[in-house]
This record gives sequence, C-alpha cells and structure tokens, in this order.
Amino acid sequence: MEKRIVIPGDLLSDDIRVSGSGTYVADGTVRAALYGLMNKGERYISVIPLAGRYIPQTSDRVIGVITEVTYSNWIVDINSPYDGLLHISQYPRRIEIEQMSRYLKVGDCILTMVKDVDASMKVELTLRDKDRELRRLSDGRITAISPTKMPRVIGRSGSMIRLLKSEIGCNMFVGQNGRIWINGSEDRIDLAIEAVRYIEANAHTPGLTDRMQAFLKAKKKTRFGKTYENEDEEEWR
Amino acid sequence: MSEKPEHFIVDGKRLDGRRVDELRPIKIEIGTLGRADGSCYLEWGNNKVLAAVYGPRELHPRHRQKMTRSVVQFRYNMASFSVDERTRPGPSRRSIEISKVSREAFEPVIFTKFFPRTAIDVFVEILQAGAGTRTAGINAASLALADAGIPMRGLVSACAVGKVDGEIVLDLMKEEDNYGEADLPVAMTAGRQITLLQMDGHLTTEEFYRALELAKTGCDQIYELQRQALIEKYSKEYTTEIEEEGPAPAGEPEGDADE
Repeated sequence: MEKRIVIPGDLLSDDIRVSGSGTYVADGTVRAALYGLMNKGERYISVIPLAGRYIPQTSDRVIGVITEVTYSNWIVDINSPYDGLLHISQYPRRIEIEQMSRYLKVGDCILTMVKDVDASMKVELTLRDKDRELRRLSDGRITAISPTKMPRVIGRSGSMIRLLKSEIGCNMFVGQNGRIWINGSEDRIDLAIEAVRYIEANAHTPGLTDRMQAFLKAKKKTRFGKTYENEDEEEWR
Repeated sequence: MSEKPEHFIVDGKRLDGRRVDELRPIKIEIGTLGRADGSCYLEWGNNKVLAAVYGPRELHPRHRQKMTRSVVQFRYNMASFSVDERTRPGPSRRSIEISKVSREAFEPVIFTKFFPRTAIDVFVEILQAGAGTRTAGINAASLALADAGIPMRGLVSACAVGKVDGEIVLDLMKEEDNYGEADLPVAMTAGRQITLLQMDGHLTTEEFYRALELAKTGCDQIYELQRQALIEKYSKEYTTEIEEEGPAPAGEPEGDADE
C-alpha cells in the first residue's frame, strides 16, 4: 500500500469512482480535502488526517464524562464539538427521574455507545448492549490522544491493542473519541500511558507494532530490571 | 517614519535590492502553538505573524449557530508594538475590515457543511508589521487550518502587487506601500480561483490585468513554499525518529537501570 503526505487540493486520481473519505471530487478529478497521509487501495483512495476533532458516528464506542443532569437526560462530554445525550431509558435498568444522579452524577465517566446521530448532529448515546460491556467506569485511569491517531493504538485488526494488553498486563479500552481507559496496577498504567504517548508521537510512521515491541522491551528492562513475565506481581507493586 | 525616496527603482533594482517580480524572503513554521488545534508562525520580509486555529468547536452565542454548516470566525489583530508608533489595542476600523475580507477569503474553500452548528475560529496576530500583513496573515491562517485537520478544497495563498515609479511590482515593502501609486492584495487557491481582491490607488485597466498576472505568479511561488512547509513537518519528524531508533534500545538499559 502506497502512502505519502498530501495537502488539501492535491490531485489524487482521474477516476472519480475511487474517491474515499478525506477526498472530494471536482471537475472529474479526485482531490485531497485534508492534510494527511494518502491511503491508496485497489478500488479506493482515502486521506488519513493527521489532526482533527472527533465527529460522532452511529455505533461508535466512546468514553464520556457526565457534565449535566437534566430532566430525563444526562449530558455527556464526548471530546467532540457536539455534546452527547444519554436518555434515562437508555440506562440498563429502569430508574426514576428523581433518582438519576444516584446512578450517574456530574463527573462520572462512562463507556458508552453512540446510538444515533441526526442531521443536526444531535448525538444520542446508550448504555444498553447485549455484552454488558457498556458501563460506568469506576476504577482505572483515562488518558486522551488525538482521535485521528486512535486507529494506530488499536492496530490492524487489533494487533497493537492486543500487544499492549498482553505485554503490559493491564486492561485497556480505546474509545473512538480518542479517550483511552486503562486499568491495572499504578506502574502498569504509567507504562501503558507512556506507550500510548509513543504511539501518538509516531502515528504517521509505518511498522509501529514492531517498534512498540522493542519500546516495551527496553522500557520494562529499564524500569524494573527484569521483564514482567519472570516477575512476581507482589514484588514490584 | 522614513521619507519618501526619490526613486523606487534604480537600474531594475528596488530599494532592498529585489527585482520587480521578486518576493521578500519567507520563513514558515507549522505547529508552533501547543494548545491550538492548528497553528503557524510566518515571517515575510519584516512581517512577523502568528496564526492559530481552534475547532470545529461549539459556537456561542447559540443563536449564531447555523443548522447546516459551520461558521468561520476570523480575527485579525495587530499587537500594539507591531508598528513604529504604538497602535491602540483592540479592534479598529481597519482590523475589522481585514478580518471580514480574510474570513471571506477562506469561506469558499472550507467544507463548512461537514460540521453543522459549530465554529471554526481563526486568530491572526501581527507581531511585527512591515507592509502586506493581511496577505501574510492569510498565508499563515491557510497553513494553520490545514494543520488543524480542517477539510478544505485547497490552500489559499496571498500576495500583493503594486505600482511604483510607474512600474508594476510584486510584493510591496514598507516604503513602496506608503508612497506607491497603487496596492493590490490578492488571495487565490492553487487552481487560481481568486478569493480576495482589494485595491487602493490608481491603475489603468491594462495595468490592472498585468498586475493580476504578476500576483498569480507570486501566489504560485508562495503556494510552493506552503506545500514544502507542510510536507517537511512530518518528513522531518520521521527521519529524526529513524536516527534515534538505532542507539536508543541498546543504550537505555544501562543508563536508566537505577530508576
């Protein structure tokens, strides 16, 4: 796959059928709409942005913070220009309107899903799902990176996130909005955040998963003398 | 303030030694402000300008929100120390006008319909002024918008042309601006679609078209510089990264072992 840096207005192709995200069609040509990396596939060309805000899309899983409790709705900051609305009926169990703040109060963090976004960008959220994965986050830590760099933290079909989880030995969830929830012992969370920062700084470069492996190897040696696998958890805690 | 020189062009050279179709030197830095979504610092001759872009973000007051598109807000501001004689801080008749025309220079190129109900804020601060600050501001803002990841049809490049000693010259400097016969700032996209065109002074129709042609060549040169700056920003990071790659893993375990 060919990748190069493009700037808005750059000519990408003469075949308008290949126009993908981050591109636009003008005068029968496909041009870049964004400053980013051109991603050229066989049947499409898209531009991966290097910066930008999170724009909610249906079925995105995001990490939000309650900013306000109104009559029948929680208003949720989802790290986007648009606020999320969590209706009382989207809470996993039936609750009374008067009791809303007993379940979710201002400042609480939730792992939620975008249920629907309409044309005027009203964002409806939900906490109901089959797998019971959506919930209030009562432990762990949350860090944030640019939402455009979030895909690199997950990696191709989840390779990077799997590496991070198994190598560091912590639980992680990467929200589409660039917020990342990490749970584990303090040391492991620190290391995970360092790793995420490393990915953010190098998101535009290829071969990240391999370098991440080397990065973690070096870090673990420097920090604790040995690698985690040989170590008894209690010792370094 | 300097006196009016007797001749602006001597032996085909201008006061600062430039040819009539030559730009002043330009220096560009992208991503200078950490807290802004996109930013750019630009030096152009004696001009020093800083542009910052925030957004798309929530627009207040709410009644100014547009249900189908984003609102572009542009603020051009001169620092009180940017000119010889201290200017009164805050918006003036001149800066309000420049903010408006600069905003209109960007509105046609930004895909505002992607972000309904939001604002895209552009701030341009003139730290040092030396003729042609509005064009410098537009060039910097264009790069800051790209750096912020705002979708656009293309970059906007701007430059001024003018008339001194009866000749059409590119990119006026201070004296030429103050005592010249005409000043014509132009902004356009790489596809040569004009998004800003102002004129002060007098030009004949024939001179006007000649000036416009010269402005186009100037904008093309600036576009190339803008493009280089954007591409270099990431290629530089990439190459330094590769250099660090080699020695780092080997050297680190020793140095930080006692941490």
